[in-house]
Amino acid sequence: MTSPLAGGVDCDLHPAVPHLTSLLPYLNDYWRDQVTTRGMTDLVSQSYPTNSPISSRPDWRPAQGKPGSSLDDMKAQALDRFGVSTGICNPLYGVQMVFSEDMADAFCRALNDWLVKEWLDKEPRLRGSIVIPVQSVEKSVAEIERCAKDPRFVQVLMLVMGDMPLGKRAYWPIYAAAERLGLPIGIHAGSNYHNPPTSVGWGSYHIEDYVAQAQAFQTQLTSLIVEGVFARHPALKMVMLESGWSWLPSYLWRLHKFWRGVRMETPWVDRSPQEIVRSNIRFSLQPIDAPPDPAILNRLFDHMQSDELLLFSTDYPHWQFEGDQVLPEGISPDLVRKIMVDNPHATYPRLKQPVAKETTP
Amino acid sequence: MVRHVIAPVDELPPGTRKFLTIDERPIAIFNIEGEFFGLLNRCPHQGAALCEGPLIGLAQSSDPGEIEYTRQGEILRCPWHGWEFDIRTGQSYCDPKKFRTRAYPVNVEPGTNVVKGPYVAETLAVSVESDYVVLDL
Repeated sequence: MTSPLAGGVDCDLHPAVPHLTSLLPYLNDYWRDQVTTRGMTDLVSQSYPTNSPISSRPDWRPAQGKPGSSLDDMKAQALDRFGVSTGICNPLYGVQMVFSEDMADAFCRALNDWLVKEWLDKEPRLRGSIVIPVQSVEKSVAEIERCAKDPRFVQVLMLVMGDMPLGKRAYWPIYAAAERLGLPIGIHAGSNYHNPPTSVGWGSYHIEDYVAQAQAFQTQLTSLIVEGVFARHPALKMVMLESGWSWLPSYLWRLHKFWRGVRMETPWVDRSPQEIVRSNIRFSLQPIDAPPDPAILNRLFDHMQSDELLLFSTDYPHWQFEGDQVLPEGISPDLVRKIMVDNPHATYPRLKQPVAKETTP
Repeated sequence: MVRHVIAPVDELPPGTRKFLTIDERPIAIFNIEGEFFGLLNRCPHQGAALCEGPLIGLAQSSDPGEIEYTRQGEILRCPWHGWEFDIRTGQSYCDPKKFRTRAYPVNVEPGTNVVKGPYVAETLAVSVESDYVVLDL
């Protein structure tokens, strides 16, 4: 087994909102009454159904309640167990699903404040991602600016499947704000279900949604690259979270091949797609969609021509690996250090910032 | 270097190209608005007859959405995969360090010079009254 290195950064942890009522203290009077009088109880997305195997490793599944809803469990099962110095919380709660941008904004603000009070204030190793009401770019920018005052927010979080391709220029004020404030954009698997979760329509089974996440990531990467996001924002990093990455060489071959023939359609793409991915895009480690054979995996790393692309993640509490086998077999100690320490620190500049001790006992 | 007489200038008016083989090399001569260019007619990617492709301008951009379109008719697109090549230098735009096709200097010389030599004019009768397109190989 490849042992984790102490002091790493876990870039993909999922604290769960137990219930919509958990957010009530963080809503204003109007929205608190709306939630209560409308009888809203929870925001359940199809992405990670509570009882689905992917949603929680069996040994991480609590006796009651949602997987990932207990800070003590997260400490014992992830932070302590893998000896990390820092864990980045990416809350996946269905706040992006609602069609009212005003309600989505209220829920996002509540979710971000909940994360601060219920998790970041209670556990000094934790950092957070800012969840934004993507339907309104203006409100998203305002929420980024509000939360960014707290240096423990280290990233902006978006879902891989939203209303439009993420490269579309309407979204660019979000990217400008993120770049200006030293926040990478994290793009996590999942959908707001405003569009079918596959590019060919609605499937019948959960497995279709989950497998299709990888194609959604590819489509978004293409959009971000060809629309010129990284020509306008060369310092902006984007992190693909729970995307898988073993598809990268064949995907990049295809993108590069066609870019060479139709370069003149998008002349602002003045570097090859591979170069853009190497400089601006990062991937969380889990899940690893490859055989457990070191030779095959190392060949894959050779194809990617970079040891800076991967960031350590457990994807806690999602079920991606067994026991302590969070790192693939047969990778060098040097690569372990890169994945667990160097790459996350190079990606998230805010991890270097000192954080005032606000921890509540 | 051997200088090859290709054709009288009148036979290659602007907008035309002439294909020929010199020393077993496929070569194309272009007249673009009165200026002559010679390129090896073989794409360095997979060997297509590069010079049969369309001529377009050079699209560049300093900001997404803004396109500066210059040098109209000076960029050759390979008919197989659409790669762009600079007709002046033979360099590709998608991977200029790795892929280029050979560009040959082409000049117009008066018949009085050409008659004197040292020119190769294989099947061409040269007269002092005309100007000639000459390629250096």
